[in-house]
Amino acid sequence: MARQVKLFQGNEACAYGALYAGCSFFAGYPITPSTEVAEVMAKELPKRGGAFMQMEDEIASMAAIIGASLAGAKSMTATSGPGFSLKQENIGFAAIAEVPCVVVNVMRGGPSTGVPTGPGQSDIMQCRWGTHGDHPIITITPAYVQEIFSETVRAFNLAEKYRNPVIIAFDEIVGHMRERIEIPEPGELEVIDRKKPDVPPEEYFPYDSSKGDIPPMANFFEGYRYHVTGLNHDRTGFPINACELVHIEEERLLRKIYANRDDIVKNDEYMLDDAEVAVFAYGACGRSAREAVDMARKEGIKIGLLRPLTMWPFPDREVEALAERVKAIIVPELSLGQIILEVERCSKGKCRIDGIFRVDGEPISPFQILDKVKEVL
Amino acid sequence: MAYDYSRYLRNDKFPHIWCPGCTYGIVLKAIIRAIDKAGLKQDDTAIVSGIGCASRLPGYVDFNTLHTTHGRAIAFATGIKMVKPDKNVLVITGDGDATAIGGNHFIHACRRNIDITVVVFNNYIYGMTGGQYSPTTPTGAVATTMPYGNVDPQFNILELAKGAGATFIARGTAYHAAGIDNLVVEAIKHKGLSVVEIINACPTTYGRRNKFKSPTDMLLWMKDHFLPVTAFEKLPPEKTAGKLPMGILYREEKPEYTEMYYSMVKRVQEGGK
Repeated sequence: MARQVKLFQGNEACAYGALYAGCSFFAGYPITPSTEVAEVMAKELPKRGGAFMQMEDEIASMAAIIGASLAGAKSMTATSGPGFSLKQENIGFAAIAEVPCVVVNVMRGGPSTGVPTGPGQSDIMQCRWGTHGDHPIITITPAYVQEIFSETVRAFNLAEKYRNPVIIAFDEIVGHMRERIEIPEPGELEVIDRKKPDVPPEEYFPYDSSKGDIPPMANFFEGYRYHVTGLNHDRTGFPINACELVHIEEERLLRKIYANRDDIVKNDEYMLDDAEVAVFAYGACGRSAREAVDMARKEGIKIGLLRPLTMWPFPDREVEALAERVKAIIVPELSLGQIILEVERCSKGKCRIDGIFRVDGEPISPFQILDKVKEVL
Repeated sequence: MAYDYSRYLRNDKFPHIWCPGCTYGIVLKAIIRAIDKAGLKQDDTAIVSGIGCASRLPGYVDFNTLHTTHGRAIAFATGIKMVKPDKNVLVITGDGDATAIGGNHFIHACRRNIDITVVVFNNYIYGMTGGQYSPTTPTGAVATTMPYGNVDPQFNILELAKGAGATFIARGTAYHAAGIDNLVVEAIKHKGLSVVEIINACPTTYGRRNKFKSPTDMLLWMKDHFLPVTAFEKLPPEKTAGKLPMGILYREEKPEYTEMYYSMVKRVQEGGK
């Protein structure tokens, strides 16, 4: 059977990707430029027996998807700009309580109300550090409509596998861009469900890490009565006061993600083998960068592209290895310079790092990138 | 034989964190008796709370328990109820948790009439943080953040709930402890959003700053200031000034939210529009 072909917006692809992954609960609040994700879910979830809720605010939406996930549903919310700020406290709750869920952030200009209808990439550090306290986080950064679909499925898989909130961050350009997409057949993409306990309720500890850093997760109402709290807790789920255990448990939380970074980190590497200059770019900038690589190659200029599909955990080793063999890394961003700081940190002074920053609501063009490449060569 | 609470308690989690003279233990016992009387199965029941002294209650009881962020218990509970509409969901919250930081979630849950039982422990103060004024602190009372006497007007939690669309409201007090059982039983049985306000005493952060010489004085104040609603309604206004009615104050049957939602789902799945 031929795959279904659609002309989808990035936001639509995200919603259908979530449904493919088995998302059965969505809670959201209207906000530009992410609203279409909610609109598709409102239309499609009832057809599949799932539930959509437009909550009273962004905070409630984040809270509701955590509650739904604890009750056994794969769940998602979508937002932008100020809405992403409002969700931060409960994202931290999902991280410490280890509740799988997916948060879509269709990035617009900021700070504050900023440019609601324009693209931005200036939330990328907020994706990592938006909620208070040390916490593990995964952030996925797709750039093409087809990729948004498959990466949304991957986001759910990572959330379920690692019992962690996963953020999908793409800018307004790819959120609203329409492209041809082939809908994968059921079974074509892997779909992962959370690991359930294999012990009886009386032997179950919700945060038992004796068999690995990711504790199996019982859903509410399945006979495993346990306690969930945002306080630091031990393996039983009950609060503990400041003591050695807090440190140990916090380290486990981070290790859960970072010890598995090879499973989580994913990059699109394009023409890097013989590159003298590399571009590090994601989202709309990643698309322009790929075009710039093709243009440069026609002129005989050896450049390549490192495009992260997982931004957090950051592809630190890949950036360092790249810095060892290129003259320069160019970092185009729809911000005034955020992810370039990570590229600088990981390149450890081994090559020149140059940024192209733009927050006027327009994309960074391939020509801009090509000009910068010629400048550094 | 005395009632055996132990099968509903996480007995190894005691002693609890509440201060001597706090009335929350009295209400905890009443809620357990009510859950027992209403016949809720522990595996089929979730108890959700926010932040504050009252919100520590779920840690002590043996159900599916969720201690969330400040003010957000009802929003978390809504997510649970939406995906498991056949399960029982109770929210335990305080006056600040429910009506200040969580006020938006409180009124919208009332408006939706989703089948969740919300028990608000009203002790008129932020106790856990040491006695700051809340939306229910009486005007004129002293709090650490109103050291010269509170100038804020008070919320009436149940009028707020009713105005927002709650279909069951009831009030009890820790003094009238035996009466709480029935209020909570009826609230649980009610199909829709029910709010039960329980008047509580915080001797540590409220009483001693407000001329209550002992926790007992606070209980006696409850005795003097709350009347059964039937008696309250018969009295002329001059005799009820400064007092409030207790009991089931309002109850109506209205379509419940998850039933409405899933009947829509059924209609859509059957090909309707």
